[in-house]
Amino acid sequence: MIDLLRGFMNWLFEPSIALTLTIVAVWALYRYRRVCTQNKIVGGLIVASPLLFFFFSAFDPNFWIQFKRPDNIPIAGMMFLVVFFTWFALKLAVDNDDRIREGRPPKEADPEEEEKVFVWPDLVYTELLCLLLVSILLVVWSILIPAPLEEPANPQLTPNPSKAPWYFLGLQEILVYFDPWLAGVVIPTFIIIGLMAIPYIDTNEKGNGYYTYEERKSEIFLFQFGFIVLWVFLVFEGTFLRGPNWNFYGPYEYWDPHKLVPLTNINLSEVLWARWLGIGLPSFWLVREFVGIVLMLLYFVALPVWLARGFLRRYYDQMGLMRYVIFSHLLLWMVMIPIKMYLRWTINLKYFVAIPELLFNI
Amino acid sequence: MSWLNNLKDKVGTPSGWYSDLTRTPVWKSIFRHKLPNDPKNRALVVLTNVFLHLHPVRMRKQGLRVSYTWCMGGISFFLFLSLTVTGILLMFYYRPTAQHAYPDMLDLMESASLGIMREMHRWAAHLMIITVWLHMLRVFLTGSYKPPREFNWVVGVLLLVLTLLFSFTGYLLPWDQLAMWAVTVGSNMARATPMMGTEGPGVQLMQIGDVPLITAGSDMRFVLLAGRFVGEGALLRFYVLHCLGIPFIFVILLAVHFWRVRRDGGISGPGKGGKLAL
Repeated sequence: MIDLLRGFMNWLFEPSIALTLTIVAVWALYRYRRVCTQNKIVGGLIVASPLLFFFFSAFDPNFWIQFKRPDNIPIAGMMFLVVFFTWFALKLAVDNDDRIREGRPPKEADPEEEEKVFVWPDLVYTELLCLLLVSILLVVWSILIPAPLEEPANPQLTPNPSKAPWYFLGLQEILVYFDPWLAGVVIPTFIIIGLMAIPYIDTNEKGNGYYTYEERKSEIFLFQFGFIVLWVFLVFEGTFLRGPNWNFYGPYEYWDPHKLVPLTNINLSEVLWARWLGIGLPSFWLVREFVGIVLMLLYFVALPVWLARGFLRRYYDQMGLMRYVIFSHLLLWMVMIPIKMYLRWTINLKYFVAIPELLFNI
Repeated sequence: MSWLNNLKDKVGTPSGWYSDLTRTPVWKSIFRHKLPNDPKNRALVVLTNVFLHLHPVRMRKQGLRVSYTWCMGGISFFLFLSLTVTGILLMFYYRPTAQHAYPDMLDLMESASLGIMREMHRWAAHLMIITVWLHMLRVFLTGSYKPPREFNWVVGVLLLVLTLLFSFTGYLLPWDQLAMWAVTVGSNMARATPMMGTEGPGVQLMQIGDVPLITAGSDMRFVLLAGRFVGEGALLRFYVLHCLGIPFIFVILLAVHFWRVRRDGGISGPGKGGKLAL
């Protein structure tokens, strides 16, 4: 029975299924926000879910090997904190949305809350308490768990798996689906630029200085999609579910370095010329990759125009041309990540455009 | 919070030796105010203290609520201070050379008294990354990046990036397998920088005649590592960046970040969003 459950959980954490479930979970949390935040049982289950997962998983010997690594403990803590604070913020937002619907100001704008208080002592004491609590946590944690120190650095001996520091594991995970110049350089750059651009792109004047969801639905969903699904979830996956050779291992699976994973990835041009037309690849790259290049141009040039006239029309009207161009491109890059993942899982697509001659692959 | 008020009253009523102490010339030369138990002195205690002066004298009640701020920015700053203190202590024991770095780690573990400095440094670093992320989440969810605080969000993103770089450069310093290979994996990406890495797209354009400008000895990865692989040059470079280079920029941006919180109207809240608070 337990083995069956373990097998089921291992299957559940397959990247394709787990990513889909994470997306669905984020969507469901916001869609059914009232039940999720106001029903005590549902809310409690959501907040406790990471704790329950790590608690019960810790009994599994294979999971325990990964979990007890000192550097992985903060990641387990982070999973709890991210779920808790996402849920907590949503709870405050739902309360405020109810008040706004009734024509009252949000809780933060209550006349009572507008009252001015002295920073000394009210704020300073809060800060002191916070400081003490964090200090205690830090000292106890440091006494209980020694910092890891492995064998001396040895350039001749590559560990398997070789992992980046944990906070970059989301990017290392994206490396499975994208070429290094995209996963390691372009996408991180776009993440930084995209984050910095948020205040200049978001023209919605509502929701400034209080928790709300209904006044800024798409902004919040987009941000949480990026933060929870494409960052925190991928960090989790890269930490606990990626073993030797960066292969996927279920949470309760032994990290067998000899696990065989078939390499069946195939480029779009190979599908087109070899599989469909059956005439072999043309030698000149421009001809060979023509369809992929057109596809990318359609995606990055034609699609924003088409969206501006349809699905995103409201945004285009609000933002104006320049903002919209920047926004749509950042959005398309972000959406490209799950698109590429799903294409890999379904049709084993390696690259849309593969030009090894120019070291250019998308 | 009645216990807090009780505590405040108790502290606010000096007696005995404490009362005598506050009347000495030394005490009066340091603190330019009486005990902060009335409005005038509560204002003075903030105004006459350079550290407390980061705060306004008075603020909206709503900005006090931990349920609103999650205290994540404050905790991040406190962790930064803890990291500075523990980092300074660690620097006494650590030499950034391939010969000494690892043995110094062993000495630190086995011989240094009260040897939890490395633990505190490492766990505080991990924690700081998490609290900075959560601080960003809070600021986003309360819409606090909206006018007039747009620029401060940008500064915050830069501080986030620097926090990650702090941690990344520090990761190499123990000079064990974990350190070396994590940094190898991370820095290998730099090879693929467009135009500026040996394996990046467009690198073929970067040559004069047959002479390539970008080689393994001159590309982005080389700049990062001061070498063709993670070796002693990288160790020294990461050490200097970790202890001096990044802190230098970080503290400047931190000052801007705090200053702008004040200038842009204090902790965000609904209502008069665009009004300057003095």
